[in-house]
Amino acid sequence: MGDHGPAKGFGRWLYTTNHKDIGTMYLWFSFAMFLMGGVFALVIRAELFQPGLQLVEPEFFNQMTTMHGLVMVFGAVMPAFVGLANWLIPMMIGAPDMALPRMNNWSFWILPFAFAMLTSTLFMEGGGPNFGWTFYAPLSTTYAPPSVTYFIFAVHIMGASSIMGSINIIATILNMRAPGMTLMKMPLFVWTWLITAYLLIAVMPVLAGCVTMMLMDIHFGTSFFSAAGGGDPILFQHVFWFFGHPEVYIMILPAFGIVSAIIPTFARKPLFGYASMVYATASIAFLSFIVWAHHMFTVGMPIAGELFFMYATMLIAVPTGVKVFNWVTTMFRGSMTFETPMLFAIAFVILFSIGGFSGLMLAIAPADFQYHDTYFVVAHFHYVLVPGAIFSIMAAVYYWLPKWCGNMYDERLGKAHFWLSFIGLNVTFFPMHFVGLAGMPRRIPDYALQFADFNQIASMGAFLFGFSQVFFLFIVIKTIRGGAQATDEVWDNPEGLEWTIASPAPYHTFTTPPAIK
Amino acid sequence: MRLITTQLARKGLLVLSRAAAFPALLATSAATWAAPGDAVVDEAKRWVVNMTEGVTAVSREIFDLHMLIFWICVGIAVVVFGVMFWSMLMHRKSVGAKAASFHESTMVEIAWTVLPFVILVLMAIPATSSLIKIYDTSEADIDIKIVGYQWKWQYEYLGEDVSFFSNLTTSQDEIYGRAPRGEHYLLEVDEPLVIPINKKVRFLITANDVLHAWWVPALAVKRDAIPGYINDAWTIVEEPGIYRGQCAELCGKAHGFMPIVVHAMEEQDYNDWLVEKKKEAVEIAKMNELILPLDEMYARGEEVYLQSCAACHGVDGKGGVGPSMVGTAITTGPMQGHVDVLVNGVQGSAMQAFGNQLSELDLAAVVTYERNAWGNNMGDMVQAVDVLNYKKNQ
Repeated sequence: MGDHGPAKGFGRWLYTTNHKDIGTMYLWFSFAMFLMGGVFALVIRAELFQPGLQLVEPEFFNQMTTMHGLVMVFGAVMPAFVGLANWLIPMMIGAPDMALPRMNNWSFWILPFAFAMLTSTLFMEGGGPNFGWTFYAPLSTTYAPPSVTYFIFAVHIMGASSIMGSINIIATILNMRAPGMTLMKMPLFVWTWLITAYLLIAVMPVLAGCVTMMLMDIHFGTSFFSAAGGGDPILFQHVFWFFGHPEVYIMILPAFGIVSAIIPTFARKPLFGYASMVYATASIAFLSFIVWAHHMFTVGMPIAGELFFMYATMLIAVPTGVKVFNWVTTMFRGSMTFETPMLFAIAFVILFSIGGFSGLMLAIAPADFQYHDTYFVVAHFHYVLVPGAIFSIMAAVYYWLPKWCGNMYDERLGKAHFWLSFIGLNVTFFPMHFVGLAGMPRRIPDYALQFADFNQIASMGAFLFGFSQVFFLFIVIKTIRGGAQATDEVWDNPEGLEWTIASPAPYHTFTTPPAIK
Repeated sequence: MRLITTQLARKGLLVLSRAAAFPALLATSAATWAAPGDAVVDEAKRWVVNMTEGVTAVSREIFDLHMLIFWICVGIAVVVFGVMFWSMLMHRKSVGAKAASFHESTMVEIAWTVLPFVILVLMAIPATSSLIKIYDTSEADIDIKIVGYQWKWQYEYLGEDVSFFSNLTTSQDEIYGRAPRGEHYLLEVDEPLVIPINKKVRFLITANDVLHAWWVPALAVKRDAIPGYINDAWTIVEEPGIYRGQCAELCGKAHGFMPIVVHAMEEQDYNDWLVEKKKEAVEIAKMNELILPLDEMYARGEEVYLQSCAACHGVDGKGGVGPSMVGTAITTGPMQGHVDVLVNGVQGSAMQAFGNQLSELDLAAVVTYERNAWGNNMGDMVQAVDVLNYKKNQ
């Protein structure tokens, strides 16, 4: 096979089966979606800057909240993690490529079509999906705009892409590890992705079933979710959240893996409790299947159901706590430096923990009667998703970018980006706890006067955070185009096979398996 | 395709032109923190950062539970972040820290698995007992059925023959900034729910179209309103007063515009109010026997239209979320079809059945209005008694 390089021109990207090319495409795609979803968020925050309706009408506002959620979840976070998996898993386990390279190409290339279709609904008669990213029936069926069918098709394609991606990742990890790389020697990023991939395979078909039932209700006269026809609107929520809760962990488990790689490097100390990290991840994945109805505490479940889901949800704090304690203990008595990836990783641990605390509060069913569907919930899930998922992705980009492109990023600019993002996100999302507790429901385009001050602050933070990400784009492009030459190790004695190969990583790596100590 | 492109252009331009106005908006409001002329918000309410304690035993219990969990979380955070910040200060390379090499300790790991579990059990005990109390809806003194509609609430006092709708009264002018916003902007209704204090009031909550959720923070009651289901909740309010809440489940366009207002009063006042409401009901029934001239029906119909129809069909009848009513087969077709659409709604669409929402007189008036407004000029009219007969005979 030798040393042949990539093909020339656009064909390289269209026909590629190279895990690095596909990883790159996933990452750029996800960044584009991140910016688009961000623009939707800024429309929301601009409208909420003041009481009253100034910029958009309520119909359009609802389309913005819906599209923001869908694009960020399915377009930004998930493809970013798949992109990282593509780039890193083969290099981390000493494999030459992914196990199913053609399917890899296909699972990426259907995504742009799915999102083009989803976005096009905004320009259709009746507007795009306006029923929230959770698309509860019957608002999303009987009362939905006609474009809902495009939404359903788009979700199907995204689901197919995710399922194919997961099959590929599982096949790669189970079959293509270098000799001697036992499961319990795998880096945690590989472990967390293996578990995530199983979660995806388990729940994406449930989502597909959910939207298919919607499709049947809308076009073929069934009544799965219509009480008038003998169906059940609550069934929708059970099915959706049976997908939706594991989905939440799909967006955070790979982040755990990333942070578990970065903190030891910059603490110059091995990760504390590797085995317990693996078991904790598996426990979280298991628990994610039996907590879904905590999203539904107010639907009027029997008390036995409320209690079960409350207890099960509270239990998640145990393995999650173990992880946080492990990271903190890894830092303890280390020899720390604070380069940009480490800053993002530390912010991850602190802010994700804050999101975890509010999550524990939300788990308490009686208290949830006051929190449910308020901005307190919005604050909670943005604290676990933005400094959780998004910060971990940014940490990963700064950490591995020198390996990918061979150049060091500008440390000063990276730190500036971190602090702008850190301040922006806290100014945006922290006040949301306050207005939520004070009684502001979520998904409203206009609010009572007493919520004005904190909303104004949140909107200003959102614009700061948003524009900081354009700065991130600039930093990444600048790094790719030039900068100090990165060494092969890049960092001070980092652990992992990816640091044993040249920087930038050659187009083909580990054509012969490395020796594992 | 043509349609799509024009839609795109229209929407795009709208957003762009409005976005261009945004910096100006920022500049004007940054100084005042609110639009000029709006009601001044009480300083104490402006910066509220916590949940209300409310006015019921349950709401106070929930508040205490909330604070308990909060302080436990703060305690854990202080310990964990304390160790973390201490390490970040003391164990940095720049102060010459040498890295240790330990990487596991079974004892420590078991301890920090078991200890959180014990804390969780301690949290679960009060949470469970509160939940059991909240779920005890037995032995209520008063039953009120609450029905969520797009986008208003209906309150029906079971066994009392009293039933009414509660609509937002904040004007479009206030919402669009053409008039100063009042103190209870978006949290005010034409007819609040009235309940007596110190009585166990049971709410039976359902919905007519999509999901809604009935939420009043001061009562700590939040229950989803779901078509085909009746959920129950209860409250015993201890202090007379007016308590405001909002719909808490996305229910479409005007989700942010269907507030809840509860007026809790002394039992005697409540009984007086109830007697008064029953009298009103009798009067409305009498009104249904009236035969009114076209201009009076038209004027009444316009009022009803603006309150109940304009949200979807537009103030000018040209449509919006719902279809246009100008010169259509229904508004300019046979009378019976027109009455039928209003009374029974349109199956499988967002058009509700208004037969039970509006009085016969109001139904007749709005039909008359729609047939004669916006250049429909049918010149015909329908009376309350006709609607009543139509309902009886179908």
